[in-house]
Amino acid sequence: MRRAQIWTLVRILCSAVLLVAAVLSPLEGLPRLVSFLIPFALVGADIVYTAVWSIFHGQVFNETLLMSIACIGALATEQYPEAVFVMLFYQVGELFQRYAVGKSRHSITQLMQLRPDSANVERDGELETVDPEEVAVGEVILVKPGEKIPLDGTVLDGSSALDTAALTGESLPRDVAWGDAVLSGCVNLAGPLRIEVTKPFEESTVSKMLELVENAGAKKAKTERFITRFARYYTPAVVFAAIALAVIPSLFDQNWSQWIHRALIFLVVSCPCALVISVPLSFFGGIGGASKAGILIKGGNYLEVLARAETMAFDKTGTLTRGSFQVTALRPAQGYENAELLELAALAEHFSNHPIARSIRAACPIPPHPERLGGDVEECAGMGVRAEIDGQTVYVGNRRLLVDAGIPCPEADGVGAAVYVGADGQYVGYLLIADAVKPGAAQAIASLKAVGIRKTVMLTGDTEVTARAVAQSVGIDEIHASLLPADKVEAVEGLLGELPRGGSLAYVGDGINDAPVLSRADVGIAMGALGSDAAMEAADIVLMDDDPCKLPVAITIARKTMRIVTQNIVFALVIKVLVLVLSALGFVSMWAAVFADVGVSVIAILNAMRALRPPVQESAPPAPAQDA
Amino acid sequence: MKKTYRFENLGCANCAAKMEAAIEKLEGVHSVSVNFIAQKLVLEAEDASFADILTRSAAICKKIEPHCGLRL
Repeated sequence: MRRAQIWTLVRILCSAVLLVAAVLSPLEGLPRLVSFLIPFALVGADIVYTAVWSIFHGQVFNETLLMSIACIGALATEQYPEAVFVMLFYQVGELFQRYAVGKSRHSITQLMQLRPDSANVERDGELETVDPEEVAVGEVILVKPGEKIPLDGTVLDGSSALDTAALTGESLPRDVAWGDAVLSGCVNLAGPLRIEVTKPFEESTVSKMLELVENAGAKKAKTERFITRFARYYTPAVVFAAIALAVIPSLFDQNWSQWIHRALIFLVVSCPCALVISVPLSFFGGIGGASKAGILIKGGNYLEVLARAETMAFDKTGTLTRGSFQVTALRPAQGYENAELLELAALAEHFSNHPIARSIRAACPIPPHPERLGGDVEECAGMGVRAEIDGQTVYVGNRRLLVDAGIPCPEADGVGAAVYVGADGQYVGYLLIADAVKPGAAQAIASLKAVGIRKTVMLTGDTEVTARAVAQSVGIDEIHASLLPADKVEAVEGLLGELPRGGSLAYVGDGINDAPVLSRADVGIAMGALGSDAAMEAADIVLMDDDPCKLPVAITIARKTMRIVTQNIVFALVIKVLVLVLSALGFVSMWAAVFADVGVSVIAILNAMRALRPPVQESAPPAPAQDA
Repeated sequence: MKKTYRFENLGCANCAAKMEAAIEKLEGVHSVSVNFIAQKLVLEAEDASFADILTRSAAICKKIEPHCGLRL
């Protein structure tokens, strides 16, 4: 609580004590009025002052004025305790409201505590501590353990583990060593790192992220716009209704004090604050909660659209699959072991830099010793290699290579490229190499269906066979294969046309070559955007890491936020209308009216704060054990 | 030109909405957003008259909520 808030609290408490004293005192007439005016002035003077100031500055319908009129009206009709109580309760509510808003604002800004304060830069052989903005590209900075990396760069010296949680929501530390690119906003956990700066501060990851989240509020959701428009008409309408209520019935029954009193109650309820605060706060909370999970949402409007998502379209490579080759299956011939097959292939491909060769070597748990290779490895262009291993002639390559060498072998069965191995005239087996499906992909699709996505579609430039295999293993409903980038836009347009009324289409891609599709979909989601500026630019929602399990989380957050928004709107409107109707009929006291104004605001704010809490994230299943 | 300014003591969300509506009507303003929760004003306006627009915007904010100020 800030000092101003504590001061207000003290005033409220003193005033409350004096109010009780005044109610219990036996004073009559003018002394009685004075005994109530003291607590009234204590708690309400600033409000009346603001109200008067506002009138002179052309601001008629504001909250302070309405409250002042209500209280002065109550004093005039000799409802002294009520006048003080209304002001008191109003202040309590305002205080609470400010406290709650301040608190949620604080917890949102805390998410953004990524911003590094200083950088240790090497200049003329000495270490200087400067503002990160003053560091130029090409300079060398030192980041000690426990410090935040202030600027994007490349590691020159040292190795360490980085905590990327603030950027990605991922708790597993990332190992970095010489030559690795590191991103600002990560925390260095283990050893000191010397880093050559590759981007100025304004273009560093951390600055971009902060800018993105902070500007999210500027893109307002439709609901938010509706509330603002509603508020513009609501207050004047209620004020005129109050005047009518005070004057018209009184002309008939001359009971002025009763009708004025009821009209005053009208005025108290006329502030649309509960709606005006709680709706944007809910959106802001949803965006804040999502960024805690490594999901950046560029505006409240995208939360709104995402909550209505019925169809989700995916890019294949890099989104559902890893985007890199991997040994997916080992099929040794009769009499051979998995390990034997893999070792022979890895040894024969020892010198090759081809992605397939690298993936074979990477699949070996223990790299086989290259001394087992005797003599040269001979490249057979376009088919594979021939090598001497442990004194045997080994062929590793496509089927034709083995057949040409006189080794009979069966047709490969499965998805991906088959690499055959033959040794000493015998067929050893084959390896299947494919772009592996991400470990969480199948679970992500299942969870998406569980949270209500009706249709999942895969759009890919790859062949029908590969696409079908991936779609089957992750559970995608529909595939469009062999698409050129331009065809993808067309495919998305087709899907948009099939949407049921009120539904929306989300497209998930890696943001690198599918910018047109990202912008054509109702909401474009880019994945694995950490460090990719293009993806951050193109998409509406950005997943900082490349875990597809974040997608159902994003949808859950969007739905939850929209639920909270709806609850708040309905709750506030129902209570206000109810109080308005009942007060016109004379069933409502001023006390209840103040509750309907301030109390509803407070409850709506508390409800809005729920949006900030991210949903419990289901952990991704462990990577399926490989055949290797 | 687009610039961001921070508010001090912007206390009421309805006022923030009113400020936004009023500043939007100033001549030369391309877009404006008053963010109550972030306590920020994002103003995009003509380069030539930016300083003038900013002063007038600050005055508007002061008028709508007397105890709040823009940190310029």
